[in-house]
Amino acid sequence: MTLLEKVWNAHTVRKLPNGQTQLFVGLHLVHEVTSPQAFDMLRARGWKVRFPGRTIATVDHIVPTRDQRRPFLDVMAEDMLAALERNCRAAGVPLLDLQSGSQGIVHVIGPELGLTQPGMTIACGDSHTSTHGAFGAVAFGIGTSQVRDVLASQCLALDPLKVRRIEVSGTLGSGVYAKDIILEIIRRLGVNGGAGYAYEYAGDTIERLTMDERMTICNMSIEGGARVGYVNPDQTTFDYLRGRRFAPEGDAFDAAVTWWRSMASDADARYDDTVRIDARGIRPTVTWGINPGQSVYVDERLPRPSDMEPATRASLAEALEFMGFQGGDPIKGTRIDVAFVGSCTNARLSDLREAARVVRGHHVAAHVKALVVPGSQGVRAAAEREGLDRVFTDAGFDWRNAGCSMCLAMNQDRLEGREVCASSSNRNFKGRQGSPIGRTLLMSPAMVAAAAIAGEVVDVREMTGGN
Amino acid sequence: MAIEIIGDVTGRALPLPGDNIDTDRIIPARFLKSVSFEGLERHLFEDDRAQVAAQGGTPHPFSDPRYAEATILVVNANFGCGSSREHAPQAIRRRGIRAVVGESFSEIFFGNSVALGLPCVTAAPEAVDTLIQMVARDPALVVTVDLAALQVSAGTHRFAITMPAAARDGFLDGSWDATGLLLDRYEEVEAVAARLPYVGR
Repeated sequence: MTLLEKVWNAHTVRKLPNGQTQLFVGLHLVHEVTSPQAFDMLRARGWKVRFPGRTIATVDHIVPTRDQRRPFLDVMAEDMLAALERNCRAAGVPLLDLQSGSQGIVHVIGPELGLTQPGMTIACGDSHTSTHGAFGAVAFGIGTSQVRDVLASQCLALDPLKVRRIEVSGTLGSGVYAKDIILEIIRRLGVNGGAGYAYEYAGDTIERLTMDERMTICNMSIEGGARVGYVNPDQTTFDYLRGRRFAPEGDAFDAAVTWWRSMASDADARYDDTVRIDARGIRPTVTWGINPGQSVYVDERLPRPSDMEPATRASLAEALEFMGFQGGDPIKGTRIDVAFVGSCTNARLSDLREAARVVRGHHVAAHVKALVVPGSQGVRAAAEREGLDRVFTDAGFDWRNAGCSMCLAMNQDRLEGREVCASSSNRNFKGRQGSPIGRTLLMSPAMVAAAAIAGEVVDVREMTGGN
Repeated sequence: MAIEIIGDVTGRALPLPGDNIDTDRIIPARFLKSVSFEGLERHLFEDDRAQVAAQGGTPHPFSDPRYAEATILVVNANFGCGSSREHAPQAIRRRGIRAVVGESFSEIFFGNSVALGLPCVTAAPEAVDTLIQMVARDPALVVTVDLAALQVSAGTHRFAITMPAAARDGFLDGSWDATGLLLDRYEEVEAVAARLPYVGR
């Protein structure tokens, strides 16, 4: 059996009359954007939160990353946090707030605190919940009505998923990161190639990745249309979890490891589909368009509509027009205005280290606004203990407080006008970073750092001599 | 909850061509800064509408008075991809749309729509394109989305549609609002929780 089947079976309550499965949710993560209406609906129907102890909340999307004094200057943001505080207090749901020292992007703190564990089912009102699959959990992004369902019943009604095994093998080249692997997968399989599937990432390349790197890959499963992505748990997973705040301790940890191991896909598991990718061919990747599948290697040129299949020509032309690029242009040398290191995809300590390694001894180009937004208060503190904050500030980066920041601009951090942003985030949709006509180029944190210094898209391998 | 059966939707249609229309375009993130869904429809496709208006010419379909009365939205592939924000189908439904016909939908968007009683049905690309062209020529064309017969009809143009059985049955028997179902026989939920090694810890 696959991990998906095992976790699914272990959490199945019953088959519903409509053919869906009622699945128990082991961990429900809550944040301020998609929960207030759910709590309202719960109250309107007279329901209570069934498992407050299996529910935990934080605030991430709307928090200002500079001045966090309360009340926030943004009245609507203040309202949202106040509503979350009221709802959590009334329901007995723990809230990791700005004073907790543990606040951060929900998909960064779940793993960091050891809340996210193998074999679990996890739900959160956010599409990047797939991140938690890096631990061998089955994690679903859900909408607000389903947040209501999980609050009220700790369950979801779900259709079965197929499993596609994506085997990545071979040694990654220098300057090539987990971000480049997932952008490669999305480019090859398409932004809706994963519809109906869970993606199981496997192969020796994936097995050698750290937990941080596995999270980057699972995080962007949804950008490939797969609601769920996971990596089978192994020693790397267990070593990461040992000693974390919410991880089991002592004998209980060893017992948990035994169960966690048993939940991994069997060697003879059957898959609905298998895709093989040679990691040796992957080069640093940059998106040039308006969905995460529209990318090229940094040393490639943008596709021309005339080279494409008729079916994709229109969307290619639309993307080129929006971005103000021409088919055949090189991506290298594209001038940037903003550099953003942050988001649930790439704002963990290792991401900051890689960016800092590129930045050290250099300065941000005069015309570039550059900011580093750690994924959590924990990441920020750890980075400061290593002096990374000084590396960034000495180079001219802003060093901010933890939050979603410019990934989706529900706060003060946003693009202006036609600005071009080199971004370590996950979506390059039109308007995503806050300016309706702003432009986003997705890339690894090291590539963002390199672009910040050069003032344009460059090949990080030429700046550092590789990793 | 009162049971509402949704068997068919009949009305004018609004064509919105293009693949991969994401939820950030449907409702930009800055309009999610609210503790309720009220008034979201005012910001539906706000940035896309502004950009089309700035170019002059034909307005964005959601700004075009010819489609003001439309209750059926017609889209192409992978509609609603990206963010899980239920605000997207909320805004669409609050704008008066009661069914969506498309080539394909993102899973999360589809599920969110079911929870709101907004059926999204899938059809072959050629059938969808033909419907888009017909509606663009004649915005007053009456379109019927029939969930029972799994068919869309618009004048002489009729084509088959598909929808996952669970969602379709839910609309046809009025059980599309799933929460009540999940609270039934709750002792079974507690039994599963008790059996999971990590829950008791």
